Amino acid sequence: MSDATMESTVPAAPKSSLHRTDARTRKRHAAEKRFKAYGIGAIAIGLFFLVVLTVSIIRSGLPAFTQTVVSVEFTMTQEQFDAAEGQLFKTKAYSAAFNEALVSTLREKGLEVETDAAAFERILGKTGGTLREYYRANPEALGEEVDFELSASSRVDGYMNGRVTRDSMEDSRFLEAADLDIVDALIDAGIIKETFNWNFITGADSGVDNPGGAGIGAAVVGSFFMMLVVLCLSLPIGVAASIYLEEFAPQNKFTDLIEVNISNLAAVPSIVFGILGLAVFIQFMHLPQSAPLVGGLVLTLMTLPTIIISTRASLKAVPPSIRDAALGLGASRMQAVFHHVLPLAMPGILTGTIIGLAQALGETAPLLLIGMVGFVARGYPEGFIAGFTDPNSAMPAQIYTWAARADVGFYEKAWGGIIILLIFLLTMNILAVILRRRFERRW
Amino acid sequence: MYDAPTNLETAVTQNDIKISADNVQVHYGDTHAIKDVSVEIEDKTVTAFIGPSGCGKSTFLRTLNRMNDTIDICRVTGNILLDGEDIYDPKVDPVQLRAKVGMVFQKPNPFPKSIYDNIAYGPRIHGLANSKADLDVIVEKSLRRGAIWNEVKDRLHAPGTGLSGGQQQRLCIARAVATEPEVLLMDEPCSALDPIATAQVEELIDELRKSYSVVIVTHSMQQAARVSQKTAFFHLGNLVEYDDTSKIFTNPKDERTESYITGRIG
Repeated sequence: MSDATMESTVPAAPKSSLHRTDARTRKRHAAEKRFKAYGIGAIAIGLFFLVVLTVSIIRSGLPAFTQTVVSVEFTMTQEQFDAAEGQLFKTKAYSAAFNEALVSTLREKGLEVETDAAAFERILGKTGGTLREYYRANPEALGEEVDFELSASSRVDGYMNGRVTRDSMEDSRFLEAADLDIVDALIDAGIIKETFNWNFITGADSGVDNPGGAGIGAAVVGSFFMMLVVLCLSLPIGVAASIYLEEFAPQNKFTDLIEVNISNLAAVPSIVFGILGLAVFIQFMHLPQSAPLVGGLVLTLMTLPTIIISTRASLKAVPPSIRDAALGLGASRMQAVFHHVLPLAMPGILTGTIIGLAQALGETAPLLLIGMVGFVARGYPEGFIAGFTDPNSAMPAQIYTWAARADVGFYEKAWGGIIILLIFLLTMNILAVILRRRFERRW
Repeated sequence: MYDAPTNLETAVTQNDIKISADNVQVHYGDTHAIKDVSVEIEDKTVTAFIGPSGCGKSTFLRTLNRMNDTIDICRVTGNILLDGEDIYDPKVDPVQLRAKVGMVFQKPNPFPKSIYDNIAYGPRIHGLANSKADLDVIVEKSLRRGAIWNEVKDRLHAPGTGLSGGQQQRLCIARAVATEPEVLLMDEPCSALDPIATAQVEELIDELRKSYSVVIVTHSMQQAARVSQKTAFFHLGNLVEYDDTSKIFTNPKDERTESYITGRIG
């Protein structure tokens, strides 16, 4: 083919102007715009669900942080006390005296309602027991005016929070429509009011029929002891294993095998670790059931791969020139690692550890298998050692337990528990960011 | 800007042999990187290793302080004697060896610590200073020998990574000098530096020759000619020629050397 024919078949391209975009460029711009739109769309969908989730958690969970209390000034005279103690049903007499005081307070404020003892019991629960306990413990209070704050029943609580309405409720042995008139009167008289529910944050779980008294405090303590076990075991073991694998171990088939297995372990479902913990720690080693110690051990197994992988990644990211510099000065390999490499890898290690811990904090499945659910944590452990070995629950397990209970009052406690759990997780993640910033150094 | 002292090459006198390598072979896995190299490096002399890229000069340099030990697949055979002692003897701890044979790398690699700590690190781990005052003296002396004291004396506690490239390299040289080595190995110390910084480092190398045996790997033949008294030419893993620098550059015996220095190969 000669030059002449070439010229004839390929016409010289017309001179293009920079002021006119050609079709090809327009196509590329369009593709770019489409891609941007997909990205924005994806983010928008993500944000939408985040907002929906946050709003629904807060809306459902906030009522758990308030409680309805009946606040009444009540005076019990010595005669009333003696009379009540002389009866067969002592607490009933106390209740009667208390109800009388309530009714007279209402009357003073000019509010007249039909009342009977059963209605009061539905609204306030069994007040007599509480009163009797108080006066027997403090006999000097007899004849004096005492300010009582008694928590109302969970249905009344629900009425205050809007969970129970006149239209939706049906008469039951728990609450009748007529009771709501009494409640309204009590509200008008300023006797029933809502207060912040400190007991929810500091208290322990209650029985299945008392959602009002349920608190997540004991579970928080259980989670704390578990995290302590996880931190104390997984950080040193994980970092030591990573340093050995990354800096000292020879590269051979055996270390390759270990590496593959660590990556696989990170992907093992957590319930598998739970059943392993049940078989090894409880059935074989006879460690106490439902104890944070065992929970911590299981979660340690689960967290180790995460910590090892992130630590190895951050050790790898330290430039080899730093190792060379230290070795060239006559530092031993250990000195090179501990004086230079490890401090530089620290931000990454800390971030990985905290993220591993946060993951462990929210883990429920393995705890189901070692008996940290269904258990009513009646109180705080006595002392530090007991914190590890006494039966306890953990936050996610407690939430699961509440969510599984019949009384709707527990449902809002579960949401409230989720708020507390999320606050802990957010705090830990913020801590990770702060530590990362603090330790980060440039090289 | 910088002229090599004219008396440099003529200043060669017969010095004691510091390092003597005999039939050294280096294998990287299946690759035969260094083939049968024998060389005698003199004390208080600057010896330059020149040659095209990949000829094995850096590899050979790293065998002299056993930095190749950190590479799993690297195998070294043959004898390398430092003051008559075999450095590959099983009894030799590479850590002790590296205290005697310091090294400066191609890319300046100060620790991300203060200038003071960079210098003080070596003396600290080798126990060269008994007190803070001792250490201060060592740091000042080393920085002076590294020809960087005047530039950094007011900011000893500023990070070493904040210095310019040339200053960083001189800091690294000062750091290597601080451990009182007997031999200083330099692996293309000026390749990352501009001409002014290069001139400063070259001046420094000539200064260091008074106390140490300096071995420098360089890509620049001009640099070899300027700073060294002895030059070794490597080609494809072989040591082709080793002689006084003046002879190598004016009257090479081997054809390949001549081709390289006249720019025909490499």
